[in-house]
Amino acid sequence: MDTDAALAGRLATDLEAGFPGLVEAHRDRVYTIALRLLGDRRDAEEVAQDALVRAFRAMQGYDRARIAALRLRPWLASIAVNLARNRRRRADDRRPPTQLEPLLDAGFDVASDGRRGPEHQADRRETQRELAVALLGLRPAVRAAVVLRHVDGLSVAETAEALGRPEGTIKAQVHRGLGELRAALETSPPPTPAPTSTRAARLMPALEAIR
Amino acid sequence: MTTAMPLTDAALEAALAELRVAAPPSVGAGALVAAGLADRYAPIDTPLGRAFVAWNGRGVSWLGQAADAGSFESRFRAEIGREIEAADAVPAHLAEAIGRRIGGDRRVRIPLDLRGHTPFEVAVWMKALEIPRGEVRPYGWIAAEIGRPKAVRAVGSALAHNPVPLVVPCHRVVRSDGLIGQYSMGGPDAKRRVLGSEGLDTAWLEAEAAAGHRYTGSDTTHIVCHPTCRDARRVTDRHRVTFPSLAAAAGAGYRPCKHCRPVALAA
Repeated sequence: MDTDAALAGRLATDLEAGFPGLVEAHRDRVYTIALRLLGDRRDAEEVAQDALVRAFRAMQGYDRARIAALRLRPWLASIAVNLARNRRRRADDRRPPTQLEPLLDAGFDVASDGRRGPEHQADRRETQRELAVALLGLRPAVRAAVVLRHVDGLSVAETAEALGRPEGTIKAQVHRGLGELRAALETSPPPTPAPTSTRAARLMPALEAIR
Repeated sequence: MTTAMPLTDAALEAALAELRVAAPPSVGAGALVAAGLADRYAPIDTPLGRAFVAWNGRGVSWLGQAADAGSFESRFRAEIGREIEAADAVPAHLAEAIGRRIGGDRRVRIPLDLRGHTPFEVAVWMKALEIPRGEVRPYGWIAAEIGRPKAVRAVGSALAHNPVPLVVPCHRVVRSDGLIGQYSMGGPDAKRRVLGSEGLDTAWLEAEAAAGHRYTGSDTTHIVCHPTCRDARRVTDRHRVTFPSLAAAAGAGYRPCKHCRPVALAA
């Protein structure tokens, strides 16, 4: 993106002066990526902040040419995905298997849409909640591909770069992810989508509980 | 319950794009603080009463008294030039470390953010950190110890600009004639008070200075010290001798203490 190239140029010239601009431009998407991968607001807040700080520290070690050449969107996404993955590993060790909170706290700050009626908004909110929960049921690798490609809106090439996987793999994972999301949303009630992992299986009772 | 939505890929993709949310304000603000590009502050209790302390991801950046939070903020912005925002409290580990430091525990490490200050100022402050609780050294001692023996006035000026008083104990540095000297956190009286809180009898110290007793020696060891050096304080009255200058002590056959390392000072 042009604005990102300009931002990288400013960071290369003066990292400290340019960094607030990076925070302003990327904090929402880094937070969104973390939230949709983890499903917990507090974890997402920490991961997003940590990702921005790590980006700053990494750039402190880079020379100007390297900073200027950074493709900020996929680069920051890859930092957020890696931190979220580490956080999830720790969380899996820590949390009891049927913890409800990560699902209930799925984070919907939908900007109010004054042009539509409250019923429409309630519907939309419910759909989004189901979709966010279904995302958390995807296998982590598939979930990351879907979140970067369609929630964050990276291109296939950028998603491949951020996740360090070939474009063909990304396309297949996104395709598979969309199929599983569709199945999860259409199969209700009762919610019996085939669990794609033991984690998804664990989430089922919780998913049921909030419907 | 059942969601009646047309689940084409396009609809699903549009719904996924709607899962974008705004980050809470703490994400951006916290990142700037952690990177050391903005600071937070909170009140802290000190031997001189309530003060405010500012910090960021690199360390403690400022400590000072102010009539209220607002005047602390504007002073910080003017002096340091970064944004600052009030926090609920000083982080527990930092509060504990500052408390122990002020209490005289020199082993506890407090990260300090001293960017923007000159290497000379930082050298002066680091040297002041070596002075034990309840002891004082003259400005000229710092100047000599950092290898700038003639920069006595500049040492005084650097100490006056100490951004973290009490943590960096600039109150333990006194005039070369032994008088108590100035203090950025409330003048000479405040300096007497904080030295008193460390167990130093400042009335005695000032009386010694007025009497011209700049150095203290022991006639059993023939070692000469600054009067507040812990070795000098152990000398009994019967064996204590005082000198107006290091030259006089040397002439009497006394060698300088290896702990407080007294140096010859311009009168």
